Amino acid sequence: MSSNLAATGDTPVYDTPAYDYRVVRQFTIMTVVWGVVGMAVGVLIAAQLYWPALNDLLQPYSHFGRLRPLHTNAVIFAFGGCALFATSYYVVQRTCQAPLFGGFLVPFTFWGWQIVILAAAITLPMGYTSAKEYAELEWPIDILITLVWVSYAIVFFGTIIKRKTSHIYVANWFFGAFIIAVAMLHVVNSAAVPVTLFKSYSAYAGAADAMVQWWYGHNAVGFFLTAGFLGMMYYFVPKQAGRPVYSYQLSIVHFWALISLYIWAGPHHLHYSALPDWAQSLGMVMSLVLLAPSWGGMINGIMTLSGAWHKLRTDPTLRFLVVSLSFYGMSTFEGPMMSIKTVNALSHNTDWTVGHVHSGALGWVAMISIGAVYHLLPVLYNRKEMFSVKLINTHFWLATVGTVLYIASMWVNGIMQGLMWRAFNADGTLTYTFVESVEASGPGYFVRVLGGAFFLLGMLLMMYNCYRTVAAPEDEAAAPAQPQPAQ
Amino acid sequence: MSTFWSLWIIILTVVNLILIFWVLMANRKVAVSDDEDPENKKTGHVYDGIEEYDNPLPKWWFQMFLGTLIFTIIYLALYPGLGSWQGLLGWTQINQLEREQEKAAENFNTVFGKYMSMPIEEVAREPAAVKIGVRLFGNNCAVCHGADAGGNFGFPDLTDDDWLYGGSPEQILHSLVQGRVGQMPAWDNIIGEENVIAVSEYVLSLSGQPHDETQLATGAQVYAQNCAACHAADGTGNQVVGAPNLTDDIWLYSGTAAGIRQSVRSGRFGNMPAQSDKLREEKIHLLAAYVYSLSLDDSE
Repeated sequence: MSSNLAATGDTPVYDTPAYDYRVVRQFTIMTVVWGVVGMAVGVLIAAQLYWPALNDLLQPYSHFGRLRPLHTNAVIFAFGGCALFATSYYVVQRTCQAPLFGGFLVPFTFWGWQIVILAAAITLPMGYTSAKEYAELEWPIDILITLVWVSYAIVFFGTIIKRKTSHIYVANWFFGAFIIAVAMLHVVNSAAVPVTLFKSYSAYAGAADAMVQWWYGHNAVGFFLTAGFLGMMYYFVPKQAGRPVYSYQLSIVHFWALISLYIWAGPHHLHYSALPDWAQSLGMVMSLVLLAPSWGGMINGIMTLSGAWHKLRTDPTLRFLVVSLSFYGMSTFEGPMMSIKTVNALSHNTDWTVGHVHSGALGWVAMISIGAVYHLLPVLYNRKEMFSVKLINTHFWLATVGTVLYIASMWVNGIMQGLMWRAFNADGTLTYTFVESVEASGPGYFVRVLGGAFFLLGMLLMMYNCYRTVAAPEDEAAAPAQPQPAQ
Repeated sequence: MSTFWSLWIIILTVVNLILIFWVLMANRKVAVSDDEDPENKKTGHVYDGIEEYDNPLPKWWFQMFLGTLIFTIIYLALYPGLGSWQGLLGWTQINQLEREQEKAAENFNTVFGKYMSMPIEEVAREPAAVKIGVRLFGNNCAVCHGADAGGNFGFPDLTDDDWLYGGSPEQILHSLVQGRVGQMPAWDNIIGEENVIAVSEYVLSLSGQPHDETQLATGAQVYAQNCAACHAADGTGNQVVGAPNLTDDIWLYSGTAAGIRQSVRSGRFGNMPAQSDKLREEKIHLLAAYVYSLSLDDSE
């Protein structure tokens, strides 16, 4: 195959263009940085639920209510967002054999996105919030997000249009769907009437506002955290495994089914509420149909490894990618199940929901991103491999054990809370007071802190490993660097 | 829902499901016969070195997908979902709630009806009734008064025999049903800071705490002019207005010199919310009996 000499001034000597790796490098580094920051805040707020005195570190800024949105924004949009920018920019260039389109828009997406993140990190602890979950940022920041996103779309689709390949690779279908859907979700959900520079009111009211909120909220999961990362999966899994993708027709079927069904699923967040019955039922049943399309991605990823399973023994990066698919499969089974009204009546408002989100967030989103970064970094910096493969392996086990501790403790807590809240005495009174269920959740909260700390420790190892890799002298032997299939 | 919006929902839903079904069936290729050689199953596309097989859809997956689609058709026939279609079962979340409430009410009448006809003093001596009262208290009152009813800063202790508004069954019931509003006015603008300090020392002396003797004369005078109307000349308080007894060592807010000054200077506002619009009469009756039983233990 041809070279991928980066746009560093070297003369490309092969038939492929000089890819724009600068922005990919920037986003890749920031993925690791924001990952550490976002997860550190996560460990802090998990600890606050076990040791409430930690709320008082620096009141009112350190209060759980202000740090929680900071955590969610940092891990979803800073960590996850940077990972998606980095990988989509890398993948779209290499699979289209075309450098990024858009000129100055490319660096604008990077700097614009970092300013959004910084603005979030400042305004959320200060208490500025639109009070919409996962869309807490106030309207001026929302406008900047819109500008960055439109630029992103121009860069991405411009590159697709300029492609030298006849077909569009499946990874780019998912990246493309993610970019279009997130633009639509963000604009519709964030529509608001500004009152002052930092205060606005939602354009919707009552049950309609709740419906728009969860239409957005669930599709932030569906498109930001699923479709985008499936795009990532479709490049890095076959690349790292050195195997062809398992089934093209499966790609087609599950892609169209996934993107057209996810958009219906939001109302399952509003079961037994003021939302009309028809919307609740429709949301539930569409969530059930979503099971097969979701699993299509998992099957396509995992089956790609057939004939290459032995590589898992020696390649911890591939292990990250494959285990992320297992967690993806698990949480996309759990999701439809929890959307069933009867199950939801037990799980709603409990820690089960929190555990479900994190089996997706830690197990799927973070692990696939981590695997992708370990694959990318040596390529981007012309190194033969990461500074330490052993550290990647340690990171893998820390991340896996951390995720399992986290979700297992939340399952136990969630089901226990659900059962305690619905327990009635023969006289019709509640068996337990709310505070008894909080007290009983204590051990689970402690295990969660532990699991989160494991995961964070792994991220710190990653940061060190990345630093040493980038700081190491450039490996002449590695240029022209190819993403190495596992040995 | 108007016919237009109903049709809008129905058409979008049905068209989406049909398209999904079509995509599923149209792309379902049967495995080619000579798929012994994996090269034959490739699509021929190569992207940055990545090739694609064109393996058939896994059978179990295809069947699962079809199964969920069939379930959807049945479900949408039985339950609301397609616009204004009510569903063959006639289920709504409201009628589900009403069914459960009816069932609960039957139970409720047998258990609670019995105690409703008994006076509070008697109910307070029924262990089974008190047990229900404890649970009701835990879920409705404990947030302020504490799980042990021992009170908190600003929320009275219900286990002792010191009462702001009286501890008879009737008075407790009144506090529960109609709520209570306790208002200690702020005095700093009326009597001035010097008198605030003096009267606070006097209040300290009423409960026999260490105090500044030199302030007593002024303090007593300020007290007589401003405080005695509610707290009584001897400081024993007045249950009609909920003015606390200042001669004991039980303090709703704070009994320290600084705390008393704060109460005098800025006033205090207590609010026991009325429960009549939150809880059924039968439950309030049991709660009153439970609270009454708490002081019963003390006197016996």
